[in-house]
Amino acid sequence: MLSGLRDLLAGLIGPFPATFLLGATVILGYLSLNVLFLVWLERKVSARIQRRLGPMEVGPQGLLQTAADMVKLLGKQLLTPVAADRFVYLAAPVLVFVPTICVASLIPLSGAEAFADVPYGLLVVSALTGFTVLAIFMAGWSSNNKYAVLGGMRSVAQVVAYEIPVLLSVLSVVLISQTMNLRHIVEAQQNTVWYVVLQPVAAVLYVIGITAETNRAPFDIPEAESELIGGFHTEYSGMRFAMFMFAEYTNMLVLGALGATLFLGGWLGPWLPGPVWLLLKAYAIVFLMMWTRWTYPRLRFDQLMRLAWEFLIPVALLNLVVTAVAVFVLG
Amino acid sequence: MTTPAPRPSERHRPAAAGREPAASAAPGPDGEPEPSDTYTLNMGPQHPSTHGVLRLKLTMRGEMIVGVDPVIGYGHRGHEKMAENRTYAQFLPNTSRQDYLSGMIYNFAWVEAVEKLAGIEAPPRAQVARVILSEFNRVSSHLVWIGAFLLDLGAWTPSLYTFDAREAILFLLESVTGSRLTYCTGRFGGLSRDLDPDFPRRARAVIAKLRTHCPDFESLIEENVIFRRRCQGVGVMSGELCLRYGVTGPNLRASGVPYDVRKVEPYGAYPKFDFEVPVRAEGDNFARYWVRVREMRQSLHIIEQALDALPDGPVLAEKGLGSKKRLRPPVGTLYYAVESARGAFGILLVSEGDAKPYRAKFRVPSYPALAALREVIPGTMVSDAVAILGSIDIIVPEIDR
Repeated sequence: MLSGLRDLLAGLIGPFPATFLLGATVILGYLSLNVLFLVWLERKVSARIQRRLGPMEVGPQGLLQTAADMVKLLGKQLLTPVAADRFVYLAAPVLVFVPTICVASLIPLSGAEAFADVPYGLLVVSALTGFTVLAIFMAGWSSNNKYAVLGGMRSVAQVVAYEIPVLLSVLSVVLISQTMNLRHIVEAQQNTVWYVVLQPVAAVLYVIGITAETNRAPFDIPEAESELIGGFHTEYSGMRFAMFMFAEYTNMLVLGALGATLFLGGWLGPWLPGPVWLLLKAYAIVFLMMWTRWTYPRLRFDQLMRLAWEFLIPVALLNLVVTAVAVFVLG
Repeated sequence: MTTPAPRPSERHRPAAAGREPAASAAPGPDGEPEPSDTYTLNMGPQHPSTHGVLRLKLTMRGEMIVGVDPVIGYGHRGHEKMAENRTYAQFLPNTSRQDYLSGMIYNFAWVEAVEKLAGIEAPPRAQVARVILSEFNRVSSHLVWIGAFLLDLGAWTPSLYTFDAREAILFLLESVTGSRLTYCTGRFGGLSRDLDPDFPRRARAVIAKLRTHCPDFESLIEENVIFRRRCQGVGVMSGELCLRYGVTGPNLRASGVPYDVRKVEPYGAYPKFDFEVPVRAEGDNFARYWVRVREMRQSLHIIEQALDALPDGPVLAEKGLGSKKRLRPPVGTLYYAVESARGAFGILLVSEGDAKPYRAKFRVPSYPALAALREVIPGTMVSDAVAILGSIDIIVPEIDR
């Protein structure tokens, strides 16, 4: 359907503008809806876990609650601290959103549909996901608030530490599939099995890593409410704060979709169209992250670092070596 | 009325706030020179984890805390001065507003102290009923603490579960006293109203419900790896440190000192009941958690015995004992201590034979616990400071009074 629409548009305005326009509309539109849905889902999941009902008032089962909250946030006064570094402070909430959207456009929706089918897609994705932390650190630094700086510093240290196991686990997938093209990785899974079967350790490492990268409990130390109030976004109000929320939930979905692509066979599945399968698998991973958040206490900063450097990275390296040997021996 | 000029320390200092440490030897918050590699982090009085209006001035080096200075008094209402200006009975509602989580115990402590000074004897039924209500209050206080402590550690869900369990207790106490938090059911010579005939049955139902919850706290929380790592060996208070500062209650018992006012200086109907005092030697956050969860079981055990032994008879010795005309305790000084949910709560009462006390001084258990933090928190990280502050279970309004 999408490719048909693209061809139609391409006839009118040329192939590149058509892809860009369509991609921007679909991705931005869907991601915005997704945030509304995910915030609602998070509140409902937490409510179930905590034996509550969650939002029930606005819309059926409270589905429109997030929309109402957005309206409220829109109406709020935007405060900029007097001593803030104004340009950086204003740029951060915008920048935090950019890499996530770029990654979203790289993920193949089905065998024929990807907004950007890049030969080294996985490399681009890895480069872009590390970029989010820059915006977070900008926010923390420019706010000129000690809690925000602490949050920003924690965030940098955390993302640097957790990128490594994620990248190593992704590398073992590359070793098996012999390609860095995301579409080819899924097609390779079509011929064999889902890589979660071949690479269970890498899959677990990946989920742990993205939980840390999206700053979610038990790795939510950059914004630990009970310690740092709001962490890096302490000084942001109204829609600017909403942008960070927006980015966090979008990031969850996009990294979940990437996980689905790498380990759960992406768009593969019977009966339903490809994009639906991809989203179902992505939301399953997101649900797992929500479940964890509402179950576990938070780690301490140094414990978090120790977990990454002393446990996750050695395990990921070992997994990579074993995979490499297995690939070499078995051909 | 003129607004006083801000002190130098409170003036807005944009350049120094978080960007870089203050220039070397620049005056710190209190005028002393601040070493250049440290900075001051102001935690509170409005901060999610300071449990009310407490302010901690943290001197930090990176994420490490090198010094802590608690600032109190934001919630000062002058309870002790109020006591001098009202009759003994008029002060009753003030009692439960100091420690709002063990208001029942404080209320009864005041009543019992005045009874002792004035030579009033409460009937046996009232005495046993006081034990029942106090112990329920203790359990509900500990439940709030478990929830709040886990919240400080970043776990949201347990607080909902503990509040659910606590709700059962609040309903029960509401049916007896008419209030849910700031109880005022003690009267000089007994209680304001009797326990209804159905009370023992409902109380036993609540106990059964709580007993099903205790294993959850023991297995789901204590055996969680993250919880143990955040708690074991963190915030160690030695028994010697506790005694030096006068820390009492579960905090002291978690440091290996088996001191419980209910055992050491039994009061009211407590000598009649059999219970153990849980003690643990480590003195860390985990020990404090362990002791409190075990104490809840012991409290339930006491309540069950008390329900079995609840005598018949009146709950008030005589009507109007607390009236302004009749309640004029003889000249004298009295110190009366009870074991609140947080430790030894003492009342020093001086009477000049008047309808109002000459002086009432309260010894609250949270104060020494907070003071001891000056020696416990330095050398830990911000996350630990929050956890330790949560673990000692302070109630700021009783510190400020």
